[in-house]
Amino acid sequence: MWKFSLRRIMIMIPQLIVLSIFIFVLAKMMPGDALSGQIDPNIDPERIEEIRVQMGWYDPWHEQYASWIGGVVTGDFGDSFRFKMPVTEIISQRIVNSFWLSLVTLILTYLIAIPLGITSGRYNDTLRDQLIQGYSYLGFATPLFIFALVMLWVFGFKLGWFPTSGSVTPGLEPGTFDYFMSKFYHLLLPALSMALIATYNTILYLRNEIVDTKQKDFVLTAKAKGASETRIYNQHILRNSLLPIAAFFGYEITLLIGGSIFIENIFGYPGMGQLLVESVTLRDYSVVTATTLLFGAASVLGALLSDIILSIVDPRIRIK
Amino acid sequence: MEKALEIKPKAIKSPSGFSIIWRELVRDKLALISLILLILIIAFVYGVSLVLDQEEIVKVDLFSIHEAPSEEFILGTDHGGRDVFGQLIIGTKNSLSIAIIVTVLTGIVGIVFGLVAGYFGGHVDNVLMRILDFFNILPFTMIVIAFVAVVPKYSVMTFSLIMTAFLWMGIARLIRSKALQEKELDYIQAAKTLGTSNIKIIFKHLLPNCMSLIIVTMTINLAANIGLESGLSFLGFGFPESTPSLGTLLSYARNPQTLEFRWWIWVPASLLILILMLAINNVGSALRRATDARQRRG
Repeated sequence: MWKFSLRRIMIMIPQLIVLSIFIFVLAKMMPGDALSGQIDPNIDPERIEEIRVQMGWYDPWHEQYASWIGGVVTGDFGDSFRFKMPVTEIISQRIVNSFWLSLVTLILTYLIAIPLGITSGRYNDTLRDQLIQGYSYLGFATPLFIFALVMLWVFGFKLGWFPTSGSVTPGLEPGTFDYFMSKFYHLLLPALSMALIATYNTILYLRNEIVDTKQKDFVLTAKAKGASETRIYNQHILRNSLLPIAAFFGYEITLLIGGSIFIENIFGYPGMGQLLVESVTLRDYSVVTATTLLFGAASVLGALLSDIILSIVDPRIRIK
Repeated sequence: MEKALEIKPKAIKSPSGFSIIWRELVRDKLALISLILLILIIAFVYGVSLVLDQEEIVKVDLFSIHEAPSEEFILGTDHGGRDVFGQLIIGTKNSLSIAIIVTVLTGIVGIVFGLVAGYFGGHVDNVLMRILDFFNILPFTMIVIAFVAVVPKYSVMTFSLIMTAFLWMGIARLIRSKALQEKELDYIQAAKTLGTSNIKIIFKHLLPNCMSLIIVTMTINLAANIGLESGLSFLGFGFPESTPSLGTLLSYARNPQTLEFRWWIWVPASLLILILMLAINNVGSALRRATDARQRRG
């Protein structure tokens, strides 16, 4: 296992390097530089050129990349021209919100998907199974943002059960119980919207896995020995079928990032996804670069995590 | 002489691809209805947009902002006083067109990539798959948004190229596994022994045998691409407002007032996206069953 993990980490390093070069090139292609937006039109253009030279604007690209990546590693992404403060500071506020949203989404996804998948697999080809499959097919075919809009419309506006924007009721003291509850209340609807759509992978996988396992010899043996149906499912089948689900957890991160961009924008939830879209729209490039880099790195790490868990769960993967 | 040609032995021939597909469609009522619905929508949308003038519809009219549905405007007007129904038709046409363009482009890139990786295998495959893995990890929405931000001359063409650049991986992976299996079969080995060039084997022998997989995958991709395009337009990174797509109409619902009180702007577009995606997916699953004899119903 350690050998596999080590090899997998070795693959990840070039991925991260390519990603950073990729985003560096993107950042260089963005019009303007760190000075635009701060330039006072009364300043002599020659002086601006001097500052540009000082800041290394005309250095060869590899030197610029080196100094940029050096900053990134130490957590320095430059200043945001919209907020007039360090990008790191803006992001550290947002990233906490996004983290909680993703966490609650993941928990809800599994809470919904696992029981449904088990039911669907256990009672396959019955009405129950067909209903669950119909639901997961709809979830597969419906774009997340349309579903989220409808959820917001129905539960946020028409029924008024949930807040329609923000991450917390203003005026509450951080750290209090009310503050915590208000946070949770604000992210429940966005998380639920994303979770209801994201379940189809897990449901279908679990169903097929259980239907396959049902016919295996060890299940027949257990049956022949007189084990009860419930015991067979809980002790024998689920143990085999649930582990691979755990392994997909890392890949979910990529999906969550894609989803959060939509969800946070629709529900006005101040997280990283909303920050990215706002910053692109307002051409706040240092923030765009930082968010894309963080999102990309998170996805790379998620894939790494998944592969390592998979190799623990399923030893066949390690051979190669 | 002509008579002799006509009586050529026909009976032994196994049913052609199209007749299998047709039989499968007739068995699966849902898929048949979906197909008919799709044909109707496509014919209607492309037909009507021949008559409609896109410039006329997207022209801002300040005297009829946010009107409710009426005789004059069947689905009311948006914040620019533009007829929503007209935008819906043109939007559907634009959404469908770009989805088709992107599906074909990703298809070409993915098929060539997958065939080359699968056919040559070994080191070629290894290197190509590492590249594919990298692209696969990147969150699609994020990277497209970042690209849209830097492209200076932003048009429908650049938009579809950007989408293609980050969407070819799925089909490439499928084709690669198919090609890996397929190349071990005798007909490829025979062609190799006869000295056929690699390019010829790939495109004359391997490609036709991957065709059923390609058709099925591309059908399902088409549905997904409609969703992706409208999602990006919804966020404001797809078509410009002068070329409305279904997502553009939905993006007006980012204004809470529109979302809450003016359903006629965004609900029809959402329904249309849903119907299109479901219908295409239904046809796609019927096609998949038709290509796999074990799953066939008919």
